[in-house]
Amino acid sequence: MMMGGAFSGRSSGRPEPDGETFGRIYDKRVITRILPYMRPYRRLAAFAFIAMLVYTGSQVAIPYLIKLGIDGYVENGNMRGLLTVFGLFVGTAVAGLAANYLQQMFMARVGLGMLYDLRRAMFAHLQRLSLSYYDKTEVGRIMSRVQGDVWQLQELMSVVIMTTADLLSLGGIIVALLIMNFKLGMITLVVLPILGLTMGIWQPFAVRAFLRVRTAISIVNGALNENITGVRVVQALNRQKRNLELFDEKNTEHLKANLWAGKLSATLLPAVDILTALAIVLAVFFGSRMVAGNELQIGVLVAFIMYIQRFFDPIRNLTMQYTQLQRSMASGARIFELLDVEPDLVDNPNASRLPQLKGDVVLKDLSFSYAASQEIVRLDREAPVTNGASGGAAMPDVLRHLELHINPGETVAVVGPTGAGKTTLVSLISRFYDVPREKGAILVDGYDIRDVTRSSLAGQMSMVLQEPFLFSGTVRENIKYNHPWASDERMIEAAKAVGAHDIIMGLDAGYDTYLAERGINLSLGQRQLLSFARAIVADPRILILDEATANIDSYTEMLIQRALQRLLRGRTAIVIAHRLSTIRGADKIVVLNQGEIVEVGDHASLMARDGLYAHLYQMNYASMEEAEE
Amino acid sequence: MAVIWRIVKMAFTRKWHMLAAYVAMFGAAAAYLFLPHYFGRAIDEVKTLVEGGAFPLQSMLFIVGIIIGLSIIRGVLSYFQTFLGEAVSQYVSYDIRNRVYDHVQHLSFGFHDKNHTGHLMSRAITDVENIRMFVNMGIIRTPYFALLIVVVSIILVRMDWQLGLVAISFMPPVILVSGIIRLKLRRAWLKIQDMMAELNTVLQENLTGQRVVKAFASEDFENQKYNEKSMEVSEAFIAAEKLRISNTSFTLFSFQIALALILLFGGWRVITSDLTIGQLAAFVFYMQILAMPVRMSGMIVNSYARAASGGQRLFEIMDTQSEVPENPNARELARVKGNVRFENVSFSYEPDKPVLRGIDLDIEQGKVVALLGAPGSGKSTIAHLLPRFYEVDDGRITIDGIDIRDVSLKSLRQNIGMVQQDVFLFGAGLRENIAYGREDAPMDDVLRAARVAQLHDFISALDDAYNTEVGERGVTLSGGQRQRMSIARAVLLDPPILILDDSTSSVDAHTEDQIRLAMEEVMRGRTTLIIAHRLSTVHRADEIVVLDRGEIAERGTHAELLALRGKYHEIYELQLRPQEEVMRDIDVSETAFAIGEGAVGERAVEEGAVR
Repeated sequence: MMMGGAFSGRSSGRPEPDGETFGRIYDKRVITRILPYMRPYRRLAAFAFIAMLVYTGSQVAIPYLIKLGIDGYVENGNMRGLLTVFGLFVGTAVAGLAANYLQQMFMARVGLGMLYDLRRAMFAHLQRLSLSYYDKTEVGRIMSRVQGDVWQLQELMSVVIMTTADLLSLGGIIVALLIMNFKLGMITLVVLPILGLTMGIWQPFAVRAFLRVRTAISIVNGALNENITGVRVVQALNRQKRNLELFDEKNTEHLKANLWAGKLSATLLPAVDILTALAIVLAVFFGSRMVAGNELQIGVLVAFIMYIQRFFDPIRNLTMQYTQLQRSMASGARIFELLDVEPDLVDNPNASRLPQLKGDVVLKDLSFSYAASQEIVRLDREAPVTNGASGGAAMPDVLRHLELHINPGETVAVVGPTGAGKTTLVSLISRFYDVPREKGAILVDGYDIRDVTRSSLAGQMSMVLQEPFLFSGTVRENIKYNHPWASDERMIEAAKAVGAHDIIMGLDAGYDTYLAERGINLSLGQRQLLSFARAIVADPRILILDEATANIDSYTEMLIQRALQRLLRGRTAIVIAHRLSTIRGADKIVVLNQGEIVEVGDHASLMARDGLYAHLYQMNYASMEEAEE
Repeated sequence: MAVIWRIVKMAFTRKWHMLAAYVAMFGAAAAYLFLPHYFGRAIDEVKTLVEGGAFPLQSMLFIVGIIIGLSIIRGVLSYFQTFLGEAVSQYVSYDIRNRVYDHVQHLSFGFHDKNHTGHLMSRAITDVENIRMFVNMGIIRTPYFALLIVVVSIILVRMDWQLGLVAISFMPPVILVSGIIRLKLRRAWLKIQDMMAELNTVLQENLTGQRVVKAFASEDFENQKYNEKSMEVSEAFIAAEKLRISNTSFTLFSFQIALALILLFGGWRVITSDLTIGQLAAFVFYMQILAMPVRMSGMIVNSYARAASGGQRLFEIMDTQSEVPENPNARELARVKGNVRFENVSFSYEPDKPVLRGIDLDIEQGKVVALLGAPGSGKSTIAHLLPRFYEVDDGRITIDGIDIRDVSLKSLRQNIGMVQQDVFLFGAGLRENIAYGREDAPMDDVLRAARVAQLHDFISALDDAYNTEVGERGVTLSGGQRQRMSIARAVLLDPPILILDDSTSSVDAHTEDQIRLAMEEVMRGRTTLIIAHRLSTVHRADEIVVLDRGEIAERGTHAELLALRGKYHEIYELQLRPQEEVMRDIDVSETAFAIGEGAVGERAVEEGAVR
């Protein structure tokens, strides 16, 4: 009950898709997928089951022991026999205590182990998915799969355990009744079919009622979430009053749904109470006749009454679990849906490891388009593109027939207007996306990057993003990211090289300063410097840089300029360049326009050529002159 | 305790429900408590039978009739008790949800800056649910269980004081042990919650930082990091489970030992013949009644603890006063002309960290003022002070000479339109979203606003046009489109004063152009405050105000400021005129003919894919 209880509400905070699994209390596909996760724990589970049997046995035995005491000894006045029964009773209670503790602990270990494995599998799977998956999936949604839905499965496990225990004890009670007295047992059990019938009528109503509750609460939570997220707009546009009215409608529907479900649940109580009474009355009435005919002992009758009183506990419990079962099945389905997403960028089975690179990069007739199969719901296109008749039509090429050779150690500046394909180009060199074989190739030191393992490629490559991304953790952890074994000397050397050392030493705890929420306590420029230091520790042969533009104060700007020079030294560097200084200092300037390379050369040769670059440069310069007048 | 008391008071606002629930509860408990007595009598009747009497048909029928009758009464009353308890708890949670919703949407920006949506949501979901469960469990069911325990104890002791004391002897140790364990369990739970939060941070950062992860090929490293944290969580859970399981196992065990003792002493008493078998049986049956409250006691303590901590957190939110209180004598501000003045305005988000110092601004009706400066220099803060999203610490802001603190928030904000860069869209149709601030706006006005915002062509090309759903479940709009949605909203409101954030996420030249057009259109004839990022808007401004660390560093026109060769010149070089901007200008002028529909499409794809 307690397991995960505090989290159970969390996943209902998001609207749920009205999928097939919505509302089911048993979904075979989900169960068959979960079971394999039990395999590593099957011995523990077996022990747990044995312990559960022992525990159930002890629980069923107790009324029988009472019967034994009364019939065998109290009636005959046999004190010694009574003491023996007492001893047995205490023994049973001790065994029950041990078995109860063990079965629950074993079960908890099995359940938590399975959830650990499941979470691990999900996380590892998420690492395998390529960026195209992340382009089209909101982080929030993935989060709620891994957090909320896994907790729902934890709840499912406690329900399954409880239900198993309940069913076992129900079976045990039936067996005990029939063993003690077959005839009376059969008479008493007459109430079972009546109960079954009642449940049969009740269940479809309950399933629908609980479903209604669940739909209503997810709408309520969705509305609340939306209002909090959009509160700035709400206040700016004075919508509070109207929004409360709308919310109240949803909240009222939720209230009504709950009242109806509550009514339904409560309906079972009189039924169960009356059936219990009926069974006891049957036992007493027929039992007493049998006692009169010497067919039955009094103690049996006492035991019967005790058993019957416990008879309906499992049924009461089970009805409480309806919502949980529905919720868990839906969660399970969503989890496996995530695990079933095929990674679209996998290493070639014959992929080799790249040797130590020199840093020679060649683009051979490279074209690329973002596949239509990605099904990105995107309205960025100003006029919605209807993708051909059969829906499989490819998107237009973002890059077209690029030819380029970058020598080891060169710095290449990529310039061009937004949308020219600069970011796509560097993403392809980093192999964030795969280029289809028929659309050209990227060679690194002569190796086609599709024929080597991605990790051996990325291990010698580094990318510094325009918006630096730091992780919550210490400065040290961030600089040594993915290289925790790197020495402190190397880390400090890297920090000094980019001019970050003094800044870091000025922080509260130097390199051990904790950067909360991705370095929110640092300025943008300082974060950028840390990400440079990180790249130096990684010591890549090929460095890709999306050069940061504005929004940095001039002092940090100067630091960054200096750090850049240090960072680029001795490496092949591909820089999406925004600053004139970088562009002028580059060995090669690649001018991209509309997915094509229009010019390549160094600053001087391009100027001499008097093409687009020269025109741009002159105009830029001219406007500056003009403005200064 | 005060928290619990407050929850109790909330429950008692439904006093008739509560009263009915308690009446039903007492009735059900009474019926229930009579049952073992009649089971015992039945056994005694049978006993006389064994001793050779005739079958006592009449008294048996009588007993059987009573058992059935009592059970029916009990069943029906427990129906009412359960249902009414559930109903009260649902009414309470309904009330709380409405109140939280309304309270939170009235709290100032300062509150929302400090409280993440996720945090507020979990308060509203988990804590409300904890309170609800306590209303049912703690306020309705606990008295029922307490009643059962007390009455059964009294009955047992009165039936036979020695045996009765034996029967209830298990209670003190159970109460003691579970008390101790509950305390430990609370700590264990707090630990789990902290660890879960850490685990989720690792996950979230991994997902948002996938580009970095992929760039460093650090998948294995990340896996290890996550698995370590995940293992810690699992172990913390096991520790908590151990505590919980020890407690429940011990409780059950103690109860069973008490039962064994009853059998032993009771049996001995029957043998020494001052007790009947029926009485012994009745003892055993009464003990069965105790079994349920005993089992539930753990849950009750638990629900109490959760309601106490959950209630505390929730009430904290509900008791938060808005930092921007409505003036009790506030008057309604009619449509203003639009003369805006900042007089010596100072402001800080946190004490001792001033964000704005002595700001003086004077914007005449219909004029455009551009605010410029590095991030953190206070541009957005100035813009947020005017509609009173925050309250000034010092100085005052007036509109047409009226202090904004003297008018109602609503009428003030009706006079001010905001155009933001990345504006929030609600899960509704495009039309509802445009008309979000003026729901009754006729379709013609909506269409006009969309045209001004350069959105109409795009929207009408969609399958469902203005009925297209946006937001979480609907389609996603690009940054540029969202910005123009914000413009459309402002146009529809037709405010005399406009606050405009002109920064755009990187968009292609065509979109850029459209945004520029839309902005110029919407500024026409309104007093405008621009948080400026681009050259074109700065050029257009009547006055440029350059901010540096919360103070006005320079002010004047573009030409004047450039001539100063100060801060503005620096920003101009670094920020307003980067290569990108120039490239784009070239692209538009030189190759405009090449930008057909297809080319625009490609760019958008790249932009989207990269984001």
